[in-house]
Amino acid sequence: MDLNYSATELAFQSEVRVFMVDNLPNHITSAVRAGDGLTKTMMDEWHSSLNKKGWLATTWPKEFGGPGWTPVQKHIFEEEYCRAYAPRVVPFGVNMLGPVLHKFGTKEQQDKILPRILSGEDWWCQGYSEPGAGSDLASLKTRAERVGEYYVINGQKTWTTLGQHANKIFCLVRTSTEGKPQQGISFVLIDLDTPGIEMRPIRLIEGGHEVNEVFFTDVRVPVENLVGEENKGWTIAKYLLSHERTGIAGVGFSMQALEEVRTIAAKIKRGAKRLIDDPLFAARLAEVEIDLEAMKITNLRMLFRAQEQGTPGPETSILKIKGTVINQELRDLARRALGPLAAPFPGHLGEGNILFGPPDTAFNAARYFNNRKTSIFGGSNEIQRNILTKTMLEL
Amino acid sequence: MDFNLTEDRQMLSDTLTRYLAEQYQIEHRNSVAYDAPFHDPSKWTEMAKLGMFSALANEADGGFGGTGADIAVVFEALGHALNCEPALPLLMSSRLLSAAGQEQAALLEGTAHYAVAIAEPDAPYDLIDITATANDDHHLSGRKTSVYGGNIADYFLVAAKAGDRLNLYQVQAADAEVISYGLIDGGGAAEVLLDNTKAELLIENAQSALKDALDAGIVALCGEAVGMMYVTYQITVDYLKQRKQFGRPIGSFQVLQHRAVDMLTEIEQSRSITIKAASELGGTNASRYASMAKNMIGRSARLIAEEAIQMHGGIAMTWEYAVSHYAKRLIMIDHQLGDTDFHLNRVMGMLNTA
Repeated sequence: MDLNYSATELAFQSEVRVFMVDNLPNHITSAVRAGDGLTKTMMDEWHSSLNKKGWLATTWPKEFGGPGWTPVQKHIFEEEYCRAYAPRVVPFGVNMLGPVLHKFGTKEQQDKILPRILSGEDWWCQGYSEPGAGSDLASLKTRAERVGEYYVINGQKTWTTLGQHANKIFCLVRTSTEGKPQQGISFVLIDLDTPGIEMRPIRLIEGGHEVNEVFFTDVRVPVENLVGEENKGWTIAKYLLSHERTGIAGVGFSMQALEEVRTIAAKIKRGAKRLIDDPLFAARLAEVEIDLEAMKITNLRMLFRAQEQGTPGPETSILKIKGTVINQELRDLARRALGPLAAPFPGHLGEGNILFGPPDTAFNAARYFNNRKTSIFGGSNEIQRNILTKTMLEL
Repeated sequence: MDFNLTEDRQMLSDTLTRYLAEQYQIEHRNSVAYDAPFHDPSKWTEMAKLGMFSALANEADGGFGGTGADIAVVFEALGHALNCEPALPLLMSSRLLSAAGQEQAALLEGTAHYAVAIAEPDAPYDLIDITATANDDHHLSGRKTSVYGGNIADYFLVAAKAGDRLNLYQVQAADAEVISYGLIDGGGAAEVLLDNTKAELLIENAQSALKDALDAGIVALCGEAVGMMYVTYQITVDYLKQRKQFGRPIGSFQVLQHRAVDMLTEIEQSRSITIKAASELGGTNASRYASMAKNMIGRSARLIAEEAIQMHGGIAMTWEYAVSHYAKRLIMIDHQLGDTDFHLNRVMGMLNTA
């Protein structure tokens, strides 16, 4: 057993550091630090820089243009990525649809779609959940009826993240009502400018617009947009979800958050005393730090296991549960450290009115509230426990 | 011993609850809470006419209540409706004006707005940390932060140091620099910047008057939280009964049942500690029990808010759904008048002396 980086790994680490310094502009890292204000243009700009270097599709196999990294390299990359305050890669095209097409797509689909994901020409979003089908995804009702060379789609999707920027959506639709609910589902690709599609914003708890509802009324989709076989979409859906869970531990982002809390708590004063010197607060922070140190190793162990097995296993659910809880604890501490300074509605602060708290903290309460989503989306932590109960405990 | 409300208080609670349910529903609340002036001035006047604010002061001050129990009843009803009117600054101002022997008819009638300026950026919770100063001519300098209701105040009641003494002063809002803003959980506040600002001395050595105002404010916040927690719990349990997944109501899953029961248990405990703190208000142990209550509320409010969101699974993350607004207020109450750790520290500090 050896937890040290090899010389090659250390060299890789410096390469990543140098890349971040050379390619990440201040206006982007500032938006990431502030926790607000990352625009589509900024996301596109960063996407393009990563792609030029060949570091965008880090989860793709080598034959499709992935970098072919070892688990340790993946870990180093994530660590350095977050340390540099790079914005998260929008995952829907690169990390979700990409791997699905590698495994289930036709040669034609791969050739047509994958390059456009990398170039950023297409921005994909996800049409999985419906108002009546959340945790019980297989009960989805959006209908796709075969009419000649088209599917005619009617129904509604929800929680479509960043759909407002997208031009394409991949959807789970019902092509049959026979047998078990899982048996009549298909995976289709839809152009968002097809007539009959309406996207409406959902305003979230902290006031932001991040997710949407998508309504489909007699939307005609060519049958060649089907991925895999008709009625076999559930297998694809599950495969995609297992990829959604890679990186879900969010170790890098939690390390970033830990550093933020440490910095805030050293600046915030309660009388003459710094908050970080308050034993109660320090104890809370130290406990989360301990959890996070363990999580880093758990994450690495599971990355190795995934590499040996070729695909992430059900134990990634452990990463999802623990990773989101650690991150939520840190966002909780960041908020409470600010005391009354966390109370203003950030939208009201306006320019030149940043009297409130240390730099980049104006959105800390908003981020805490927004972050409650992480234990709900991508399969709620309750569903992750169900998965573990079935697969690991075999109960 | 009797845990029932007196007939008068029950009537007060019923009147207020009915008024809020009819006139100040959550949709209306949300339409006023997040835009200046962050409350509804005409409803404020109606609430004053109902006698709601008079219930917060005793007879000598022109009210008809003013005990811990009165305060808890009024604020529980306000919490139930997630009301965003600046009732807390009114209550605390009333306590302070009473201690100063000042007339407060205009305050209780709702025609004059007072706000209490105690907290500072480096002195968020503890009176001992206050650094705002007064000179011999009663001119004040310093920054007061998170002054609830400060955005609409006519007068500020300001805690400031004159040498070693902590005094209470009254400042006309027009004489101070006031930066108004809305709060993430609705309602308004302000930063008050004092720079050799003229003031009137109301109380010399105001330590105990300020402590009483803070204790009363804490009882109010705890009452408000209990009201909010109960509504949040009810909406959550209703949702567990209605929402179907996997062909059955999600409330039939034991993992959710037990967590809902834990919510209920914490709410009952929170109600109890609030009753205790309310009954001790004005007595020698008031601050100790206020701290116990605020600590417990800090913990239980977070549990209720987070579990309600989690058990709803998505829908309670939306602005449109009432629970998200209750959750925000439940969480942000911990940022007012001392957080969970501040009050835990205080209770710890009193372990030997109690």
